[in-house]
Amino acid sequence: MRTLHLLSTEGGGFVPPSTKDFNYPPIFGNSAYATKPIFLVILSIILISIFFIMASRKAAVVPSRLQFAGESIYAFIRNDVARENIGHEFMRFVPYLFTLFSFVLANNIFGIVPLLQFPAMSRVSFPYVLALFTFIVFHSVGIRKQGIRKYLKDIMFMPGVPKAAYILLTPLELATFFIVRPLTLSLRLFANMFAGHLLLLVFILGGDHLLKGVIGLKLISPFAFAFGIGLTFFEFLVQVLQAYIFTLLTALYIAGALADEH
Amino acid sequence: MHSINLAAEKLNPLVPQTAELIVGVIAFTLLFLVMRSKVVPMFEKAFAARTTAIQGGIEKAEKAQVEAERALRQYTEQLSKARDEAQSLREDARAQGVAIIEELRTKAQEEAARITASAHASIEAERQQAITSLRHEVGALAVELASKIVGESLDDQARASRVVDRFLDDLETSNNPTTSNSN
Repeated sequence: MRTLHLLSTEGGGFVPPSTKDFNYPPIFGNSAYATKPIFLVILSIILISIFFIMASRKAAVVPSRLQFAGESIYAFIRNDVARENIGHEFMRFVPYLFTLFSFVLANNIFGIVPLLQFPAMSRVSFPYVLALFTFIVFHSVGIRKQGIRKYLKDIMFMPGVPKAAYILLTPLELATFFIVRPLTLSLRLFANMFAGHLLLLVFILGGDHLLKGVIGLKLISPFAFAFGIGLTFFEFLVQVLQAYIFTLLTALYIAGALADEH
Repeated sequence: MHSINLAAEKLNPLVPQTAELIVGVIAFTLLFLVMRSKVVPMFEKAFAARTTAIQGGIEKAEKAQVEAERALRQYTEQLSKARDEAQSLREDARAQGVAIIEELRTKAQEEAARITASAHASIEAERQQAITSLRHEVGALAVELASKIVGESLDDQARASRVVDRFLDDLETSNNPTTSNSN
């Protein structure tokens, strides 16, 4: 590592990518609303809306290619995520889960879309917002279904447990439902996108930097780029997986709140 | 608007940014409203239409199958009935054939008997007629012969034998009834 650093000094010192790379200055003016992540989020809802409205517009029995594509995503969330986990009341939550999945997926995939190349979900604010929505949804579902007293009682005093165990269980359960769940939900998504983007930056900026070095380093450079490209495919997998996990966990939390006993 | 000036906020990636929180809430809500009002109902409509179409198709197929089974049963029944009918017809025909042959045979026998009888009758009649005509002719011939013999004077032996010969020749030529008749 040190030799590499020494060899490349002639091309200027390599500045490894850091958290600074996730802070974009305003594109114009001095407004905090004019940053790249915010534009990406706005772009995402426009693209998602156009795609799904076009896909669902005809609602044909024999679907076109576009309708089939849109329908496949919708059917996946509706049947495999919502119906599979929530049960007979699932239809109420399909719009929310579907929005959640498509929103997270689009903003994740922006991380590998040429020119955009930034996953908006690596800005922690957006996962926080989504986790907050999920938090509100699953608690309100539980409260509405069972009444606030029974809902909280079921969380704090898990039925079928010896009384003494409540000393341990009650704080743990409360923490799980009100702190751990929203926090892990948002941080899992954020951290995956953050780390993935950082990883791509390391290999691609590193490869670029190696090109500026001596001839030996120039020869190494293609390997760095190749690895960066390989990681891009891997990132795609992670991006889809994280969108799925976020949606799946939301569905599971809703299902838990709907069930009579936790 | 909110300018980014807090260094801590800039560097700590876990600290949310107000502008992003606000945009996130609004963007997500807008997308949710679009999905709930435009996209989900349309996809559900397509699914429902597809389910109805498939169910309708299945029902139609089931109905067609029942109909086909009914038709098959009917055809089988008709076929066996037709077979029975053909069998009975064949038997009837055979019986009728036998009867017809029997009848024809009887008729033919009767006819043969009749023909034989009429032949017998006609033969008898002809014989009778021949006898009558023969008797008549023999008488006439005898008379003719006698008169000839008597008329020629019987003293000449040679002449007598000539007369007899001539008579016999005449008799021979008049064997044919027409010649005899013409004499």
